[in-house]
Parts: sequence; structure tokens; C-alpha cells
Amino acid sequence: MSEQPRQEAPLAQDNGSKRNFAARALSGSVGRNLGLVIALALLVVVGAVTAGDRFASVDNFLTIIRFASIIGVISIGMTFVITAGGIDLSVGSVMGLASVVASLTAVQLAATQSSWVLMVAVALAVGVAAGLVNGVVIAYGNVVAFMATLAMLVGARGLAELISGRRTQIVIDAGFLRFTRADFLGVPVLIWIFAVVAVAGWFLLNRTTFGRRTVAIGGNREASRLAGIKVKRHTVYLYVLTGLTSGIAAVMMLGRTTAGTSTHGGLYELDAIAAVVVGGTLLAGGRGTIVGTVLGVLIFSTLTNVFTQNNLDTSVQAVAKGVIIVVAVLLQQRFASRDSGRS
Amino acid sequence: MIKVDHKTSLLDVRGLTKSFSGVRALRGVDLDVRVGEVHCVLGQNGAGKSTLIKTLSGVYEPEAGEIRWLGEVVTVPTPQAALDLGIATMYQELDVVDGLTVAENIFLGHERSTGGVLHVASTHRLTRELMQRLGHSSISPSTEVGQLSSANKQIVSMARALSRDTRLIIMDEPSAVLDSEEVKNLFRVVRELTSQGIAVVYISHRLEEIREIGDRISVIKDGRSTANGLDVASTPTPDLIRLMTGRDVANVFPPAVPIPEDAPVVLDVQGLGLRRTFHDVSFTVRAGEIVGLAGLVGSGRSEILETVYGARKSTAGTVSVAGRKLPAGSVNASVDRGVGFSPEERKSQGLLLDEPIFKNVTLSTFSRFARGGFLDERKERAAASAQIDALELRPADPDRPARTLSGGNQQKILLARWLVHGTKVLLLDEPTRGVDVGARAEIYGLIRRLAEQGTAIVIVSSEIEEVLGLADRVLVIGDGRVLTTTAASNIDEHGVLDLVMKGSAA
Repeated sequence: MSEQPRQEAPLAQDNGSKRNFAARALSGSVGRNLGLVIALALLVVVGAVTAGDRFASVDNFLTIIRFASIIGVISIGMTFVITAGGIDLSVGSVMGLASVVASLTAVQLAATQSSWVLMVAVALAVGVAAGLVNGVVIAYGNVVAFMATLAMLVGARGLAELISGRRTQIVIDAGFLRFTRADFLGVPVLIWIFAVVAVAGWFLLNRTTFGRRTVAIGGNREASRLAGIKVKRHTVYLYVLTGLTSGIAAVMMLGRTTAGTSTHGGLYELDAIAAVVVGGTLLAGGRGTIVGTVLGVLIFSTLTNVFTQNNLDTSVQAVAKGVIIVVAVLLQQRFASRDSGRS
Repeated sequence: MIKVDHKTSLLDVRGLTKSFSGVRALRGVDLDVRVGEVHCVLGQNGAGKSTLIKTLSGVYEPEAGEIRWLGEVVTVPTPQAALDLGIATMYQELDVVDGLTVAENIFLGHERSTGGVLHVASTHRLTRELMQRLGHSSISPSTEVGQLSSANKQIVSMARALSRDTRLIIMDEPSAVLDSEEVKNLFRVVRELTSQGIAVVYISHRLEEIREIGDRISVIKDGRSTANGLDVASTPTPDLIRLMTGRDVANVFPPAVPIPEDAPVVLDVQGLGLRRTFHDVSFTVRAGEIVGLAGLVGSGRSEILETVYGARKSTAGTVSVAGRKLPAGSVNASVDRGVGFSPEERKSQGLLLDEPIFKNVTLSTFSRFARGGFLDERKERAAASAQIDALELRPADPDRPARTLSGGNQQKILLARWLVHGTKVLLLDEPTRGVDVGARAEIYGLIRRLAEQGTAIVIVSSEIEEVLGLADRVLVIGDGRVLTTTAASNIDEHGVLDLVMKGSAA
């Protein structure tokens, strides 16, 4: 209540909010992600102690990040749909479908005659098309995102099997392989792609109207609609975005494995969701963090690497993954109840 | 039958204090409740009423202070302990389970069973008895609670309290979800309970209600008792407002200002209808005019407002703004043409609770501050701050999450949103719901000021007094039809109710 005369110090207030902003930015992104950074550091220490130089080498670190890059790109797209209160279960199988279509003999022939970029364009187009179908069915057909994308998961996988006849299609286009398997400044192109997608994703989420709409819809869909935000249209864009990242991931997968197959991307949706949620994005929507997602992806890929370097069973690894997911979500709930700011 | 002696002290609370992470929510609250009385607790939002209730019902543990129950010093460490003493609480957000039946809800947590097997027949019999005692024998024990109205859910909640040996029922703003007819019924039930020796602690913002139902009043301000056990009948309203706000409230409603003769019609609604909800609604609003829609809950008044805005798609008629027709069912078109809407349910329909104030203020306009899709939060914050100052929104920190604000200040966020947008037509649905008495006068003043600046305003409220006090012209709505349109000065509350009763009888 304003029974007392208001403070007549707009300047001081302005400084206050600036100081606030700086302090918040610092405590926000570092503080919020501190737990993840510590977890990652612990894993690195465990890896260095148990596997020694086999683990702690520049080559191995590049391997870890390269391993993380494909699921990482998918997770960036997933961060957006989850922040908006949605979910996309079809990312893995759409990636498989895109890899199959882009590596069809006809496409590869056309690519050798023109440019390897054609293969990239086809993969991205398949991803975007699948995302468009998801988005339209969800936004305008009013189908729950979980069901619509579950249908796409099954359907896209089946379509990929039909098209490829369940055969593995080898990538022969030299230009494509040269690009996707190259190093740039000593770092593999796959890692560069991940870095570019992550940085672009960060800007898109935190600095653009697209990102603001995403957070607003996830925070309160009805309030956003009544404020005049085109919620349905934006929902379509969001699923097109995950489709696009699946297409990019397909290109990366084709480069890494030199083959397109309908089995690419199996269970990737679960890895991506786990990375996003462990990273601190709220599954209920309204809060998303790209930095957290990147750290989440790195934690899982480092974990896998530590286990592999120690020749441990993949089943043990799966159990450890499960424990990490639960602990991370528990810690986050503690954190979220303590302050309701954001990074 | 319990012997009713209206002098016996039932609950005596002294010097209760409670802090949350360093902030003192209660700093010395006294409350003495006698057997069989209705004891009203008055206070603005944030005064500490909720904390007091939760402390008495065992949700929070107080740091200092004494609670005496029938003369004995007691502690209430858990909700179960409160129930065991005989204290039941009806929270504002009704704590009934929609998917269970009436009987299952009433005996939830103390099911009648042997070795895990439920006694369905006796449970239903006891439920019927309770419903009879509350004068609602029409509610069947086997009805699913989700299908009941809010009023009947409240009855179920009360029956649950009675199903245990309850001596004191705490009711947290029970009338907030009820219309005037249902409130009367609630009062009948409350009188029934008190005549059986049960005491009621009644929390409400509405002074008229307290006058009608209360025996004594205690007032809390800033976590402290400012009055304890005043007699309702002999305490004048201005005194209560002063105790509550620390200042005088001279006139609640700002004086109406005559609208210039040449003020253009900004909003023109013709023959608007929505199938099975309302029909043939026509009215115009001129720049600077405030038009009110009065009617009971369920009359269709909120639906009319939502349809004008485009949040619902009309099935008949047209809405024009400044002479141009709006496409049916398009919120975007309305917003583009300068129509703003403040919804009934602020929290679920209006705000991003975890987002800072400034992002809530610019929710309709942030893309205007952006360049090529890139946000400019500095400009957004500046625009929001200007409105925060103009509306005296508190706290004046644009980075505070909306969740932490009082109801009145949350309402100001929504007004600020449309002020930044520069709206020509403002549709307000229940602008003072959950806003305390002190802040209401402020909101009324703001609405009138907006009208003076040339905004055409339509207001819907379940409080007829509010519509009549604020509006220039009033449409009385009953059963989805406009019963009459008249100058607000030509009609009083009884006149409106008369029309509504006749209208629904016809």
C-alpha cells in the first residue's frame, strides 16, 4: 500500500535495477548451473582417476564432445518445445527418416552431379516437413503433443523402413563426407555444428521475440492467448524447429557413420528429454535454459565415456544414468522452490 | 447436544509470531474466539491472515506466542493435531477431490472401515445425516464432487469438518466463489452451525457480509493485531477501514465525469450472440464512457465480454471498433485494433506468475520494442517502469516476479499492460476480485482516470454495487439476455435484483 509519499528517486531506482540485473545474470546463469558444472567436474575427476591418461587427453575430450554433438543438436530443439510446455517424442525417428531419404541412391546421384549441399537440404527438408505435420496436428487438430509425436515416432520409423527396405544405405558422395568428417582449427566439424546450433539457440531463446513467446506460452498458455500472442501459429513453429534440429542431426549422423538407416536415432528422444530436464528446463514449461541443456548433454556423454574407458557393462551405465536423472530433478525441485528467478 | 454458552472462551491466541526466511509475517497477533460465535478476521492482502489461519490449523509452527484451547495451553504441530483438537479449516482453494464421491470426500482420511474394508452403507447414511444437518439433503452421497457447483463443494467441505468432532471451523473467504443467492445460503448454514455451539472464524474482504453474519471482529494490519474482538453492530465502517489500512477512505467510488457531447462511439456491439449462452446483445460505448454489465453468476455477463474480445467465437451479430468490424473469434485482431481485456481469473488467465513484472506488462507489446526479432529489454523495462510509477504499482521493482504481488497490484499489471499497448477499448472482468478494500478505491480511481483520458471501458462484476458505483451506463443481464439498459444513476441494487428475478421467472 502506498500510504507514504513515494520515493522520488527514479535515477537511484534505475541504478538499482541495473545492479540487480548484473547480480542476477551472474548468480542466475552461474548459480543455477553451478550444480551441473560441479557434477561434470566430478565426472571428469572420476574419469581421470580411474582411467588416467586414456581419459584425460585432448583427443578423448574431443571424442566426448563429438559423441555429444548429435544428441546435443536435437536437445537444443527439444529445449524449446519443452520450455513451451510441449514434448516431441519423434525426434529420433525423424532423424532416422531424414538420414534414409538424404542417402537414397537417387538423391546421392543428383548430389554428385550438382553439389553435396543437396543432401543436406533434403535432410533438413524432411525434418522440417515432419515437424510441420507434428505442429499442425497439435496446434490445429488439438491433439496432445505426447500422442501426436508418439504417432510420428512410430510412423516415421515405419516410413524409413519402407523407403530403405531395411537396408543400410552407404554414403558415397565424396564432397559430403569431406565436409562432415573434416576438422576446422583442429576441432571436428560435428562439434562446430553443435556449437553454432547451441549459440544460435541461446540467442533465439533469450534475446528474441520468438524466445519470449516460447517462455510465455509455456508459463501460461491462456494468458498468452488473451494477451494477443498467436499461440497456435507459434506452436507450429516450435515443432518445425525440432524437426529442423532432427534434420541437422541426420546430416551429422550420415557424416559420422557414412550410412543412412532407419535404425538411426533409436531412443534419442529419451536421451534428449533427459538432458534437457537434467539441464534445468521445466518439464511443465515456462522456464528453459540452453546452457543447462548443453551441460546436461555433456554430463551424459562424459558418463558414457568414463564407463567405456573402464570397460564397464553398458547395463551398469544405464543404471547410473537413471540415478543421475532422478537426483538432478530432485535437486532442481529444491532449487526451484528456493527462488523463482531464472537464468 | 452441546450446551451453548456464549461467554466461554474456546480459542485464545496471544502474541503469535512467525517469520519466513527473515521476514516477519506475524509479529504479535491476538485472537479470542468464544463458543458459538462468528468471529470475523479482517485485513488487507498480505496482512497475515493466511499465515494466522495456517498456524492455527497446524500447517506452520509459530515461533512465539501462546494458544489456549478451552483454557488449556496447547500446541498445534500438525494438521492432524488441529483436527484432533476440533479445529477444521475450509481453505479458499477448496480442498475436495473432484474424482471422489461426496461421501468419500467427507470421510477422506478417516474412512469408516474394518480391516481395510470400507463400510459403504454406514458412510452413506452418515453423509445423508450431515447433509440434512446442513440443510442440503438434495446432495446425494454418491454424486461425484467434480459435478457439483462451487457452492455445493463448500457444503461438502463443511460436512467434512462436521464429520469429525469439530468445535471451530475456520473459513477463508468462503464467499469469494459464490453469487449473492449462494452467499445467503452459506449464511443460513453458518447460523445453523453456531446455534449448535460451533464457533466460526470468518475471513472476508466484504464489509457488508461481515455486518450481516459476524458477532465480533478482529483486525490485523502488517502482521499485528490492531483491534481484537470489536462488537460488529457498534463499530462503524470508517473505523474498520482505518484499522485495516491505517488511513481514511473518504469516497470509494470516484465521481462520474460528464462525457462530452461529441465523444465518438468507439465500441459498437450489435445483436451479438453465442449459441446456448446469450442472445441478441447490443450496446455501444463512447470514448470516455464506462459501461457496466450487471447480473448474477451464470447470467452470461463474462461470456459476453469474452465474446466481444474474440476469446470466444460469436455465432451471431457483430462487434465494431471505431467503425470497423472485427472478425469473429480473433483475439489478435482485437488486440491489433486497440481492444484490451483483463480476465476474471488473473492468475490463470492473465499473468505469467514466475516472470518479472516488466515482462508481464509488455506481454502484449514486447515485439514493438524489438528490432528484427531481437528483444530490447532495456526499453521494455523503461516502458514498464513508467506505468509502474503512473499506477503506483508496489513494489516498484520491474524485476520482481508477478507471483509475489498482492491482488491489487497484480490487477495493476494488467491495466499497465493495456496502457503500454495504448488501447482504445478496455474490457474488465471482475477487476477487483481478490483485491482488498483499501486497494479497491485505488483501482476504481485508475479506471475512472483511464476513461477521462478517452478510453471506452466495459466492466463486469459480480458485485452489483461496484457496477453501479463505477459505470455511467448499466446493462442488466439475465439468462443471457439484456433485460434493460439505463443510466447508472437511474437504478439501484434492488432495482437490478428485481429485474433479474423477474427476467428469470419469465
